[in-house]
Amino acid sequence: MQYEAPQTLDAAVALLADARGAARVLAGGTDLLVQLRSGAIEPDLVVDIKRIDELKKITAEDGGYRIGAAVSGAELGEHEGVRALWPGVVEATELIGSTQVQGRATMAGNLCNASPAADSVPAMVAADATARIVGPDGVRDTSVRDVATGPGQTSLGRGEIVVSIFLPARPARSGDAYLRFIPRTEMDIAVVGAAVSVSLDDEGTCVAARVSLGAVAARVLLVDEGARVLIGTKLDDDALQALAAAASAACSPINDKRGTIEFRTDVAGVLARRAAQTAFERAKG
Amino acid sequence: MSQIHVSTTLNGDPVEYLCEPDETLLDVLRDRLGLTGSKEGCGSGDCGACSVTVDGRLVCSCLVLGAEAQDREIETIEGVAQGENLHPLQQKILDHAALQCGVCTPGFIVAAKALLERNPDPSETEVRYWLAGNLCRCTGYDKIVRAVMDAAQEMRGA
Repeated sequence: MQYEAPQTLDAAVALLADARGAARVLAGGTDLLVQLRSGAIEPDLVVDIKRIDELKKITAEDGGYRIGAAVSGAELGEHEGVRALWPGVVEATELIGSTQVQGRATMAGNLCNASPAADSVPAMVAADATARIVGPDGVRDTSVRDVATGPGQTSLGRGEIVVSIFLPARPARSGDAYLRFIPRTEMDIAVVGAAVSVSLDDEGTCVAARVSLGAVAARVLLVDEGARVLIGTKLDDDALQALAAAASAACSPINDKRGTIEFRTDVAGVLARRAAQTAFERAKG
Repeated sequence: MSQIHVSTTLNGDPVEYLCEPDETLLDVLRDRLGLTGSKEGCGSGDCGACSVTVDGRLVCSCLVLGAEAQDREIETIEGVAQGENLHPLQQKILDHAALQCGVCTPGFIVAAKALLERNPDPSETEVRYWLAGNLCRCTGYDKIVRAVMDAAQEMRGA
């Protein structure tokens, strides 16, 4: 295995594009090194992107924030601006692993690891975040929804790197939240995850919503019907029930040791409801 | 496989070593530099026994490549005591008998030190969540948590 830590994005893309065998990007390494050490992957080249200055930064942009692909969860959590604008995205990212894992793990890595149970991804999908991808053919922006195509699979082409995640601006009276179910209190993989983002008008009526679920399908889901039943309401009991039903209806989970199909389907509704309540409270300020 | 030459700062001192590209920082510390205080419990980032700080940030050294340490500042358990003088966390772990087999203890001390540098007055809940990535299979955690709270109190008074 060859290890490279280039200082420019161009050099990183060239290394990956020219690699003769299997190549991997190293950001936080909290998934990559586990896979490496277990023998699950045997890359010929690992490109560490943490020496590329622009990938280490959080920058304000068009009223939102651009999060570099090498920004750790701990660094994200310490950024007051992102916390204030997208608290649900920050709380979702901070749920990944332990303090030690937070010192290294990144949102972009969580996205590219392409686990259906990735905690930060439903929150990013609810936030309508965009991934900026740089590769041999230049720069492209794509919805974070389109990066993972299935468990462990991404739409990234040869030599392409996710270089940043863009969290957009949002109107006043907006809020988001992420909740997951695990059988412990911390340090576990989501059995179900649910993220909700809403914007309210001056009367507190929902005018925009996005609902996303994790760990209940091969990919993180965007539940359009869940958003539809929230818009135009003040989150009364009927809206909450309709949201839970829509969330459960969207699920196509697997049975495994962490949860059955029936359990995941039911809990998805419960968590969507609770996340919506928190998102509304945050939107009201 | 050609080895990589790394220059880094380890517990305040400049250090150079050669390592394999796929060798972890934990293996470098233990097998090349003779610093065996950091332990390998799981090798997958779950247990925290290999906790060190890299540029002040708490990490599992089993999930860091040795090559990544170039130009960084690494702090390990070996840098916690000042000569013969134990750090208050070390002393309180002894006073509270907060260890049995001791494999997890260096990781707990490094992790707790990183906490107290950020938050000198943590609540018990904050201590427990911060240390959730450090596993102990002997003590049941209570004595460790009490030792950390006690050390924090002493350090605030100092």
